[in-house]
Amino acid sequence: MPSKPYSGPKAPWGLKLAALGALLFLHVPIWIIFLYTLTPDETTYTFPLPGITFKWFGIALQRADLWRALTLSLQVAAVATLISLVLGTLAAAAVYRSNFFGKEAVSFLLVLPIALPGIVTGIALRSAIGTLDIPFSFWTIVIGHATFCIVVVYNNVLARFRRMQGSLIEASMDLGANSFQTFRYVVFPNIATALLAGGMLAFALSFDEVIVTTFTAGQQTTLPIWIFSQLTRPRDRPVTNVVAMFVMLITFLPILFAQKLSAQSAGMEEETK
Amino acid sequence: MLQRISTYLYLRPRLVLWLMLGPPLAYMFVVYLGSLASLLINSFFYLEEFTGLVVREFTLRTYALTLHPANREIFVRTTIMAAAVTVADALIAFPLAYYIAKFASPRVKTWLIIAVTIPLWSSYLVRVYAWKLILAKEGILSWFINLLHLDGVLNWLLSFEGIGGSSLALSPIGMFIVFVYIWLPYMIIPIQTALERVPDSLLEASSDLGAKPLQTFRTVILPLAFPGVVAGSIFTFSLTLGDFIIPLSLGNSKFFIGQAVYSYQGTGGNIPLAAAMTMGPVLIMIVYLLIAKRLGAFDAL
Repeated sequence: MPSKPYSGPKAPWGLKLAALGALLFLHVPIWIIFLYTLTPDETTYTFPLPGITFKWFGIALQRADLWRALTLSLQVAAVATLISLVLGTLAAAAVYRSNFFGKEAVSFLLVLPIALPGIVTGIALRSAIGTLDIPFSFWTIVIGHATFCIVVVYNNVLARFRRMQGSLIEASMDLGANSFQTFRYVVFPNIATALLAGGMLAFALSFDEVIVTTFTAGQQTTLPIWIFSQLTRPRDRPVTNVVAMFVMLITFLPILFAQKLSAQSAGMEEETK
Repeated sequence: MLQRISTYLYLRPRLVLWLMLGPPLAYMFVVYLGSLASLLINSFFYLEEFTGLVVREFTLRTYALTLHPANREIFVRTTIMAAAVTVADALIAFPLAYYIAKFASPRVKTWLIIAVTIPLWSSYLVRVYAWKLILAKEGILSWFINLLHLDGVLNWLLSFEGIGGSSLALSPIGMFIVFVYIWLPYMIIPIQTALERVPDSLLEASSDLGAKPLQTFRTVILPLAFPGVVAGSIFTFSLTLGDFIIPLSLGNSKFFIGQAVYSYQGTGGNIPLAAAMTMGPVLIMIVYLLIAKRLGAFDAL
């Protein structure tokens, strides 16, 4: 039940101003990128913009290196998401339905890769790759990403399991369905949106990841690595602006969608109660 | 057939548990814990300077190297930056978190929470890039500062050894701003969560007993919100310690821990030294987490 908002004194204007300032600080920088995709200036970041042009969108579209980086990033994110969906759901189901020794440790182990600074995971994988003489490949990137994507799916699915009524499963079994039928007709429809939301968050996380990737990619260039190289040694400023905007949108949309899904299912539950 | 398998499995819950738990656990043990173990082992190897090859023998000399004055300076510099970023984030986050938790109407609150979470989930790299545009010598911030005729102050700040540089985009001050910006949502959310848990009746009681709003804030709200601040500081502190993207993008030749790890393993090929340097932030974080636990931060998460 939502608590009644505090009906004490109104917010002092100083507080309102500070809150507004923090909010603007969080958001204005993102708008700046959208602005800079239109600059005709190739060598500096001059403001005010010396003019307005739309030509960089077309030029960025024709860059083969960008398409290669984008393709690699999408492939990595897709495979890493798939692995996380399978492993994350299995772990969530196990933790939900049984009590076993070390249950807490499972959650802890899964969350560790995002709790420790990314560089620890990165250099740890790098040292393992070096020690075992594994050549850098598509799979070294994917395996690195999956380690920290699993927890996202796990959290989403486990939260859904906990809200699901256990009696549903019992009823299904009582009515004669076997475990597979129960999964197909009762469990899966219940967790489907959680899978979708978790999967999309995992996808966005992987698509944008740079810290672990720098240690596991070798000479391969994912889109974030391409951007990172432009951050340290800017060569194609206007094209980078366009790429930055594109990445912003491609990670933003799945997240918004995932949030909507979670909110919707939470809302539906409120209604049924 | 399926029916028989189903019955077989139904009668053996332990087997089902291991069938489900096995694959994710195996993955995490082999890939993640295995890598962490290899990291630890590597930190006890050393790089032979002449051949450039890693010698796989137990030695403490790589750890001795991490205590070399140049590396010690890196640890100190990074820790100071992480502490400064944490304090600044707490100061900026608190008013917004306080407003969201205690003053915003439910409708506004939903929107504000989304507004705080969006930057958290949107591309980290692109948000750093945005600041490259903003902080550039010819960029929007300099333009704004000139508009206010404050360029003298900016140049004065940039002239300081240690925090200054040729422009905001290439100086520790710039890095500080970007760190504060990037990790800010991680501070707002735990503070807001902690404040939500402060019962309104407590605030009413305080004012009924004659406390002025400021007194209530200082003696009731602030102590109760403090675990939230500590919880947020775990993120801001740990993330700053390990980051190398921001120092590489905006820093100069004065290294930070992450940057040192990155360059030792990359151009230097010295994985043992990189591994030993990584133990620095890990140790600092363990100590930090122990202190945070005593301050009650984990109940606020």
